[in-house]
Amino acid sequence: MADIRTSNGIWHEIVSFFSSVRLTIVLLLSLAVTSIIGTVIPQNAAPARYFMQYGEFWFRIFSVFDFFDMYHSWWFQTMLILLAINIVVCSIERLRATWTVIFPHRVNIQSERFRKSGIAVSRTFPGTPDQAREALMQLLGKQAQLHTASENGKPAVFWETGRKSRLGVYVVHLSVVLLLIGGLMGSMWGFDGSVTIPEGERADTIQLGTGNARHRLDFAIRCDDFQIRFYENGMPSEYRSTLTIIEKDQPVLTRDILVNDPLTYKGVTIYQASYGTLPSKNKAVFEFTSRDSGMVYRQAVDVGQTITLPENLGTFTLKEFVPSYRFKGHDLGETFLGVHAPSEGGAIEIAVPVQFPSFDKMRKGIVAVSVGEAQTRYATGLQVTYDPGVWVVYTGFLLMIAGCYITFFRSHKQVYAEIHASDGNTRLEMYGIANRNRLGMERWLERLSDRLAVH
Amino acid sequence: MNSSLLLSIVTFVYAASAVLYIASWVFKKSFPAALGRWVALAGLIGNMTGIGLRWIESYQMGIGHAPLSNLYESLVFYSAVIAIVYLVIEWRYAMPTIGAFVMPLAFLAMAYASLSPNVNDRIQPLLPALKSNWLIAHVITCFIGYAAFAVSFGLSIMYVLKARHTGDAQSLIGRFPDIRVLDELNHQMIMFGFLFLTAGIITGSVWANSAWGRYWGWDPKETWSLITWFIYATLLHARFMRGWQGKRIAYLSMAGFAAVLFTYFGVNLLPGLHSYGAMGQ
Ligand code: HEM
Repeated sequence: MADIRTSNGIWHEIVSFFSSVRLTIVLLLSLAVTSIIGTVIPQNAAPARYFMQYGEFWFRIFSVFDFFDMYHSWWFQTMLILLAINIVVCSIERLRATWTVIFPHRVNIQSERFRKSGIAVSRTFPGTPDQAREALMQLLGKQAQLHTASENGKPAVFWETGRKSRLGVYVVHLSVVLLLIGGLMGSMWGFDGSVTIPEGERADTIQLGTGNARHRLDFAIRCDDFQIRFYENGMPSEYRSTLTIIEKDQPVLTRDILVNDPLTYKGVTIYQASYGTLPSKNKAVFEFTSRDSGMVYRQAVDVGQTITLPENLGTFTLKEFVPSYRFKGHDLGETFLGVHAPSEGGAIEIAVPVQFPSFDKMRKGIVAVSVGEAQTRYATGLQVTYDPGVWVVYTGFLLMIAGCYITFFRSHKQVYAEIHASDGNTRLEMYGIANRNRLGMERWLERLSDRLAVH
Repeated sequence: MNSSLLLSIVTFVYAASAVLYIASWVFKKSFPAALGRWVALAGLIGNMTGIGLRWIESYQMGIGHAPLSNLYESLVFYSAVIAIVYLVIEWRYAMPTIGAFVMPLAFLAMAYASLSPNVNDRIQPLLPALKSNWLIAHVITCFIGYAAFAVSFGLSIMYVLKARHTGDAQSLIGRFPDIRVLDELNHQMIMFGFLFLTAGIITGSVWANSAWGRYWGWDPKETWSLITWFIYATLLHARFMRGWQGKRIAYLSMAGFAAVLFTYFGVNLLPGLHSYGAMGQ
């Protein structure tokens, strides 16, 4: 295996290029610097806006480099991919080297190594070496073991802990890769869209992103109710939509959603995002203008209700609300339809468009009807997303925090101590090696020898 | 006494502590630093009491929530964490010259909160998007990280000054702790800060996912926190590269702290942002 690798020069070059920390530094700093661009140039706005803001020349330059959607540009994504390769190659290379350190067949204790690179602490105190050795073993606990130094045959104490903490950094690196994979899964197989649903209506198609692309869901969402609550000072305190999921015309689930409390159905998550208002379908305040007296009478009428008009003008029945009403080829928009039955003569169907208050005057009847005040109903604005990569990303999150904690705050510590008699007293020579936090190790060794001295 | 008043007083207590530490360093006397430590502790107790009081006040107003929801409250929390981190370092390593470079930062954060006309200290109810435990976890973890980076910033300045210094050991800069100690402490702070910044970005991301259905949206605030993270990640790896130890790491730490400040204060100056937590119509 090793032979193949060394004989294959190009392969070796590639591996050493991708395992270098220099590349990491270059990539991380490049990512940091280029990321600034997308925070200075607003992303994904309409091209016309950029054109106006930057002028033609810069508009073209920026377009070529995808600066208007830079985090999805080929060059930014390439840096991320290079980073991923860098991490994987580097971690594999290093893990191969450290594997035997982390999982040794046999712990090899070389006193020279400790003498050369360990933190040294020495002390002389009364008592016999055997007592001191006993006490040290006790202080160090289970992981301590007696050892006979190979050079001089003297007994020594060896202790170590946290060997596996060396794996922490690989956990961190793995977590970075998981985040990238999870993000990729989301962008390949997921969707993210929005839909506005008026109270009482349903929708099964969402609009994706900022463009015109649409996506049809496997089910429909009905908005049964939308409510806003306010604080005393007028700030909104809660947006709440009551939603029903409808599958094959059967309601299957009804639940309230709030901001921060979405509903998930079949992997698709529905979030409270915004709201709007529309005229109510069920009622409105109407104005009845009498042709003869010129008087205006206001009255609220529900759909289906019949009211008696003053001045002996007959009755008015509100029949229904239609979202659009065509008149001579024009769409007059939301309109109420009603029937006026005068005291004498036949009943007449009339249309009362919400937006055009003088429309019914053109009929020149004995009474003209208009909408005085449309009662509003709400439309809830929902964000609808599907992201099959989320769990991969969340696993990455957990591993990253755990891995960082282990890497930073656990360390592989080793202590080697020789204890021998010296002029009727006991002499302790102790060496410590830690793979991080030398200061901490030093303080710890000092305290250990203090405690031993008073033992 | 209400919390705003108490916290304004704390500003001056932190100022006094910073002045004492600086005096101790400049005049080579140990007494002012010993006093400065107690003053800092008093300031910290006042600071924490202020936070607790504000919490209670919000409940009395009927809009109870943890006092971690706006610029003022986060700055107040920030200076408390800086003071805690500093006092722990002093307790463990007993190097009070560091206080001359760190306590002024606790003072500045508090002074900005209490005295700047741009920072509103009224207790306000929470907008719907801000009602989330993830948000509380997010603010706490971020600011612990930022506090560690602030301390690291102070240490980096000391490191660079000391590394350039060739004069005698009794001069102003000669009395800084040993350069290796500064380096090691700085590294400790950066690791601590990086862990919490990581946790801060992650909790923020989980919050965004529960509020808007996306864990990452490249909005400028998110992006700047990531830029900060990239800088400190670079720094962690720079140790493993020849020629990158020492001063370069100190400079990177300063750049990192500049990015922290920009994430926090500067992002609002950028064009075309969505307002934080607002619900668009
Ligand atoms: C965003 C991406 C990365 C993150 C978040 C990350 C994180 C970390 C962390 C937290 C450490 C521990 C630092 C310390 O001991 O003080 C570390 C160590 C290290 N990283 Fe990375 N890393 C990343 C990318 C990379 C890449 C691409 C490489 C490829 C060369 C790399 C190579 C190393 C090496 C060689 C170490 C030292 C390991 C040891 O102590 O034996 N890292 N990394």
